[in-house]
Amino acid sequence: MRTRALRRRAKSAMMTGVVAGLALLAVLPLLMIFADLVHKGATSIDWNFFVKSPVPAGESGGGVANAIVGTGIIVALACLAGIPVGVGTGLFLAEYGGGRLGWLVRFVADVMNGTPSIVVGISAWTWLVRPAGHFSAMAGGAALAILMIPMLARTTEEMVRLVPNSLREAALALGYPRWRTSLAIVARTALGGIVTGALVAIARIAGETAPLLFTALGNLNFSTTVTEPMQTLSLQIYVYATGPFEEWHRVAWAAALVLMGMVLVLSLTARWATRSRYASR
Amino acid sequence: MRLDSSVAHVGGSATTGASALPRRPQQTAALETPSPLSLAPVPDAVSRPDNALMRVETRRLTALFGRTVAVREVSLFFPTNTVTAIIGPSGCGKSTFLRCLNRMHELSDGGWVTGTVLLDGEDIYGGGLDPVAVRSRVGMVFQRPTPFPTMSIYDNVAAGLRRGRHRNRSELDEVVERALRQAALWDEVKDRLHTSAVALSGGQQQRLCIARAVAPRPEVLLLDEPTASLDPAGTQRIEELCHELKRQYTIVIVTHNMQQAARVSDYTAFFYMGDLIEIGQTSQLFTNPAKEQTEAYLTGRFG
Repeated sequence: MRTRALRRRAKSAMMTGVVAGLALLAVLPLLMIFADLVHKGATSIDWNFFVKSPVPAGESGGGVANAIVGTGIIVALACLAGIPVGVGTGLFLAEYGGGRLGWLVRFVADVMNGTPSIVVGISAWTWLVRPAGHFSAMAGGAALAILMIPMLARTTEEMVRLVPNSLREAALALGYPRWRTSLAIVARTALGGIVTGALVAIARIAGETAPLLFTALGNLNFSTTVTEPMQTLSLQIYVYATGPFEEWHRVAWAAALVLMGMVLVLSLTARWATRSRYASR
Repeated sequence: MRLDSSVAHVGGSATTGASALPRRPQQTAALETPSPLSLAPVPDAVSRPDNALMRVETRRLTALFGRTVAVREVSLFFPTNTVTAIIGPSGCGKSTFLRCLNRMHELSDGGWVTGTVLLDGEDIYGGGLDPVAVRSRVGMVFQRPTPFPTMSIYDNVAAGLRRGRHRNRSELDEVVERALRQAALWDEVKDRLHTSAVALSGGQQQRLCIARAVAPRPEVLLLDEPTASLDPAGTQRIEELCHELKRQYTIVIVTHNMQQAARVSDYTAFFYMGDLIEIGQTSQLFTNPAKEQTEAYLTGRFG
């Protein structure tokens, strides 16, 4: 009897060890990437790196201020269009998406989720850049919004579906109209999950390069005009990392570290800001 | 077409000739039978006492899920300021019947009804009334406590109030306090009205749901197994509440617990397999049931 209990305990400990090891294996690449970025990029980062625009090749000094601001503007443009549409679509799918239209929207969203981002970039170029006659930050924002919407729609739907039906019924039994139940009770209860979904989507698009190559194009100068080409960190990394100069490579590593840091800070801040007022969990 | 199952006989006090009576309650002639829950020999013609106001009445109410009948041709009265318990084994249609009284049944998958439900003499399925308006006049409390997790205790109670009209703060404070006092919860939460509602115990959450349901001053309160997930102490508090609340509301309570029905209700209806088998004054139904099936259920021979 004793030996059986011991064997059971040993088996339990072994299985716990195995899953803990697998979890460690899953986060290992992230830790390695981050360590690598810090190792290769941290030394190039100083105050000037954040506040100065690039200098011509061969000169030393300069920074990526234009790319940082550009990333912010283009991501903000994408959010402005993508979050309302994406969250609204998700809410529709979860609350009213039982019919044929729901099935169609869900199918299209799934197909779009699997569409390579470079295809979205080319399409945005055809629709927005060619008719306008020039590259622009706005076209870049639109391309990123197109990527964002299906992602956000599906995660919002999942989150809203997690809200127990009993809450929906409680609100309806209280005399809430259907739309108000969906917004004030169901969406409100799922808000934490929806925000997390939006953050994941922002983090994904903030690092996108392919859709921006044909739309925002990139810009070596500082620009905040959304109708003109604009630099982003991802475009800067792409150009500098493939460039011939040792100095550019260092800047690319540093820019990658900044991009990663931005995404990290963004998700931490938003998590802190949206923590439940009445911390229930 | 007449169906025996639609007819509820109480203790043999059959009123024949009721078919000659007019349908509107205020025009009903005085009858010799004092029971407010007398029978309807012909489904269309129902007799009623003239001394009690009928808050809710169903006429040949049938509730269906798709093509499956869950409740079959039930005709019942719920007099004002009484507690009526609905008992019966699981799946007998008692909850479904309750959900027809505030138009919640039609929100279930495939749910639809035929027949009539009168609220103060007005047919709630007649098209003249908006389901949303019906639900604000007929409050409901569910089997499991359903406080809104994103809201404070105060906001939960006020949740049904803020529709349309702009109340000022002190008015709102008053209504919230009154509702919480009616639900016997005020003393326990008055110092933490603005904290999370989900931090309360299960029994407190259920009383909070009752407070939320009574805050908009409904006419009828539907309780769907309100103590099913509570411990004995919580159950006792809710039962005491029923006695308090019936002074202002008409209460219909669905329960699995026969002792509970005996303790809280004035009238008891027994449902079986979607049919109303018997309805009567609680004391009478429990001591001297008219139907064999009722007696079998009460004595534990089935269900």
